[in-house]
Amino acid sequence: MLSRTAANLFWIGRNIERAETVARLLEVGARNALIPNIGGGFRNEWDAVLQAAGKAEAFKAKYDEPVQRNIESFLFFDQDNPASVASCVEAARENGRIVRTALTGQLWDALNTGYQEMRELKRTERSKLSLSDLTDWTKRHAALVRGAIEDTQLRNDGYDFLYLGFALERGDATARMLDVKYFTLLPEVGYVGSGIDNYQWSTLLRALSSNRSFNWAYGGEVSPGKIVDFLILNRKSPRAIITSAEEAMDHLDRLARGYGRSTEAQTRCRALVGELCELTVSDIFDEGLHEFLTRTINEVAALSDLIHGIYLSGDTR
Amino acid sequence: MGMGQKAGSPQYFNEMYDGAAVRPPYQGLEAWARDMPVDLRTLKQGEAEALFRRIGITFAVYGEGGDPDRLIPFDMFPRVFAADEWRKLDRGVKQRARALNAFLADVYGRGEIIRAGRVPAHLVYRNEAYEKAVVGIKPPKGVYSHIVGIDLVRTGPGEFFVLEDNCRTPSGVSYMLENREIMMRMFPQLFRENRIAPVETYPALLRRTLSSVAPAKCDTPPRVVILTPGHYNSAYYEHSFLADMMGVELVEAQDLFVEGDFVWMRTTEGPQRVDVIYRRIDDAFIDPLCFRPDSMLGVPGLMNVYRSGGVALASAPGAGVADDKAIYTFVPEMIRFYLGEEPVLQNVPTWQCARPDDCAHVIANLADLVVKEVHGSGGYGMLVGPRSTKEQIAAFADKIREKPWNYIAQPTLALSTCPTFVEEGVAPRHVDLRPYCLVGEEVQLVPGGLTRVALTEGSLVVNSSQGGGVKDTWVLAE
Repeated sequence: MLSRTAANLFWIGRNIERAETVARLLEVGARNALIPNIGGGFRNEWDAVLQAAGKAEAFKAKYDEPVQRNIESFLFFDQDNPASVASCVEAARENGRIVRTALTGQLWDALNTGYQEMRELKRTERSKLSLSDLTDWTKRHAALVRGAIEDTQLRNDGYDFLYLGFALERGDATARMLDVKYFTLLPEVGYVGSGIDNYQWSTLLRALSSNRSFNWAYGGEVSPGKIVDFLILNRKSPRAIITSAEEAMDHLDRLARGYGRSTEAQTRCRALVGELCELTVSDIFDEGLHEFLTRTINEVAALSDLIHGIYLSGDTR
Repeated sequence: MGMGQKAGSPQYFNEMYDGAAVRPPYQGLEAWARDMPVDLRTLKQGEAEALFRRIGITFAVYGEGGDPDRLIPFDMFPRVFAADEWRKLDRGVKQRARALNAFLADVYGRGEIIRAGRVPAHLVYRNEAYEKAVVGIKPPKGVYSHIVGIDLVRTGPGEFFVLEDNCRTPSGVSYMLENREIMMRMFPQLFRENRIAPVETYPALLRRTLSSVAPAKCDTPPRVVILTPGHYNSAYYEHSFLADMMGVELVEAQDLFVEGDFVWMRTTEGPQRVDVIYRRIDDAFIDPLCFRPDSMLGVPGLMNVYRSGGVALASAPGAGVADDKAIYTFVPEMIRFYLGEEPVLQNVPTWQCARPDDCAHVIANLADLVVKEVHGSGGYGMLVGPRSTKEQIAAFADKIREKPWNYIAQPTLALSTCPTFVEEGVAPRHVDLRPYCLVGEEVQLVPGGLTRVALTEGSLVVNSSQGGGVKDTWVLAE
């Protein structure tokens, strides 16, 4: 497969997953904004969302107030923001257009339809669109793309690159969302375990469409320990970091087997999975959740660089 | 609506109606069009448009700005050829494709036709499209132009004229295939009732044609690729569509590099050798070391590999010298010279403004003529005399006087019409035809082509950049 094709497939995965993450972040922000600001010391909930998306600076450069409408414009519609839902949906379609030949008709259809619908959304009067319309639409679009891949794509190396993109982006996203909840949203240890704290945790779960799953897996009471277990270490959870890491490893292994060449990316990914397998919740809290998450985010970035160097740049002989 | 209206003006040949009678090839369509309720038609038209948009067939016009994802309008009324009509076209098109290739082999070789005084030397050797870098190179199987698009118009039951030849990289074949696909999806009944020859074999034939011209050095099954300028090119859809249907890689110049005596592509498994490149980029952008040092699009060193027989290029660089509008005049001569046959298809009488006598005639009769730039394409920079104002004609005359060699003129042809769905119902509109002839070990032509239609009433310009549309083109089986 052409390296450029592989790179575009990888980025279809990343872009679609990223669009979905941003939409989910918007949902967290909107829900958190509904609870009264009683603490006084809280930072603005929308600020936290911007921090999580890694876009606080870019936002300040263009808009004044971090109010919902501006945030929506910036994170959903803004063409100048490369991580806005619109930018990601359009970029994914552009990636698809470049590698049209590597996609099934149905997958192209899904990417292209999403792009056309996005153009429609942009033309629609904003007062007619509620935030939940926008986030629901994004999740539906991502689900359609994933479904098309699952149902129709040939299970060849291209399939592995698509899923590597999804897996790395999702691992990164879960780490960021956890980080925003723990580090940015609730700055004072005194609030841990308070009503607000629990409300925020369940909002996070809700945004990850994991509220029910969490209840099934752990039963009732929400606690930071359980949530950290659920979103980092529990293989049953589709958005847990370990799940994403194992998925990435599977696809790296398949590629290595198919090409008959093992790679440094495999080694690195296996080390990450190995570590996550051994870890316990208290290990994570001992290290500091924020520190752990930052390390994980860096690890995912390093893995992405390795994949780029080995497969996507075409420089390997 | 009376039949007379349907037939349109009697000065034009109507392909469906002979007076009030329906000509045989169209008999299967009369009742279909007559009985289709207006709301069903609107529904189907919308459906077709949605299908085109969803599969992503769009056409961007250079320099026009606007919507890069514009659709070419699709007209659902098919254009039909009877088997015997097609037999003649088939013979004529293949004959022309063979002669054009013989001409190319000759002018990059010994130049017999020029020595024989049949074609003026300066028209060939001073031609902008003539590539000195190709002189003396013998491409595999002696083929220079592997896909020849011949633009034809019809003026009467048996009268076909060639408007121009396209020897470089004729585009539009994806429309031929997709138009058929969409018609079959929307009106399966028509395909059950009429015996319509299939065009779906084109991609497989193209692949076989390209494989058949792999260089002698290639000792494995040849690897064929399509080289595209990239996804911002207006024909990108077609490039990717063809790659998809043929099952070959679609590459950009950045995916290729030259090492040793071969061309390689960058893949996830390391470099892989490329044997045949169907290139959809212009000569000037193939190899910056050979043609344009400022080009970002080319593959440095590609021409060296080509010269030493390490890779085949379709079409060969320099193939454009055969489809130049000034050379066009001499194609009937080529057919007689190389093939010893009489041309099956006629040329349109053409005046060369480079000749003083012709030029004077053209300027005196501008109101009745169509004037084109020698190197122009796409309907740009042309004058349609009968449809222009006095001021436009005067201004154009000045342009001709300034650079006479840049223009040729032809009489305005009475282009045939084909029934077309319009706002008010069905009405005749002018059409042309481009069949795509494949030249490799064999010369082949699929029964069909791209019919373009001028959607504006009375208009004779069918170019999609000037508001033309497309139709499915049927050839009835015997």
